[in-house]
Amino acid sequence: MERIPILKMGDFLLVTIQVDMHDRLAMTLQDDLTERISRTGAHGVLIDISSLEIVDSFIGRMLANIAGMARVLDAATVVVGMQPAVAITLVELGLELPGVRTALDVDKGMRVLRHALGRPTPQEADAGAEG
Amino acid sequence: MEGTKIPEVIERHQTALLDDWMKQQLAASTLRSDLLPSAELREQSREFLELLRQASRQAGSTDVAAPAWQPLRDMLTRVSRSRGEQGFSPSETATFVFSFKQPLFSRLAEAYGGDAKGLAWDTWLATAILDQLGLFTTEVHQKAREAVIMRQQQEMLELSTPVVKVWDGVLALPLIGTLDSARTQVVMESLLQRIVETGAEVAIIDITGVATVDTLVAQHLIKTITAARLMGADCIVSGIRPQIAATIVHLGVDLTGVVTKASLADALTHALQRVGVSVNGRPARA
Repeated sequence: MERIPILKMGDFLLVTIQVDMHDRLAMTLQDDLTERISRTGAHGVLIDISSLEIVDSFIGRMLANIAGMARVLDAATVVVGMQPAVAITLVELGLELPGVRTALDVDKGMRVLRHALGRPTPQEADAGAEG
Repeated sequence: MEGTKIPEVIERHQTALLDDWMKQQLAASTLRSDLLPSAELREQSREFLELLRQASRQAGSTDVAAPAWQPLRDMLTRVSRSRGEQGFSPSETATFVFSFKQPLFSRLAEAYGGDAKGLAWDTWLATAILDQLGLFTTEVHQKAREAVIMRQQQEMLELSTPVVKVWDGVLALPLIGTLDSARTQVVMESLLQRIVETGAEVAIIDITGVATVDTLVAQHLIKTITAARLMGADCIVSGIRPQIAATIVHLGVDLTGVVTKASLADALTHALQRVGVSVNGRPARA
């Protein structure tokens, strides 16, 4: 069965959606991700949707749900790389994803996650040590 | 078009009709000799008469939408367009066709002599045809005007939504005019597109040039801001005039969660702080 890979990177889980999402795939992702969060005790989840070009109300709600579940499991979620068309569609559908952090790309998303968890990036830590 | 003498009359008196018609047009109050030289008017009238003669000979009915009238319709389209561009009013353009009635009717009366019934019938046919042709020129005139308006609207839409990069990671979007649904869509799309292209984290939406803000405009603004947030960029709304601030509060528009600043300068300072650039007030070293 088709699955979306979930990568563990330190304290964070990395989900990159590279294929068109269909409803069952989203359901599977939701189950896999919550299971992985509770098993690994991850504190942050980064979902990269830069390849996602079509979104409907179901997938939109799924994203919000995943973020909500991750929060309950004590993991901050950041959604990165949303395409303009997807953002417009979600707004028109009234799915404003409240409580979900967003960032333009993976790099900025990681920074947002570290900030949210109060952990400075290695560069920032170096700068702090020097100062 | 059986039992009519119209084609025959036009054919027999073509030159005389043209002369009568020209005399009439030159004497009319709607003549615009400033816009159209009489030689050109004569040429147009001659062409109209010639095409009318051909069409009335071939046509089976008074329906000017029929294929037989196509050359005449094309000619009128051309005339109407060029007159529209020259600045003629729609009624002045239509009068070109209507003024042909008088010369034609007097020739018809001559041809029928005492046959009142035949004359009445032919007069009716000629009126039906010329009225349709006159209205046709008005329609073309109007369509040409509408095309101009459409083009201008499109140009205004494109002109009015520049997204400016003011610093690394900071975009500014000065809005001017009225925000309706169509414009908001264009604004939203161009802003989001530029966010992707430049990787900007902050976008300043300046509404100094927006005349009025009502609930709809506010809702459009909030939609744009939400869409930008979903992509990972923060928006600052600046240039809110006191009256607009009052309107927003009176309307009960909820702008909590949106950073608002009075001036673009304040917004820029805030944006620079946000991307981690510090600005000091000292002048640069020479």
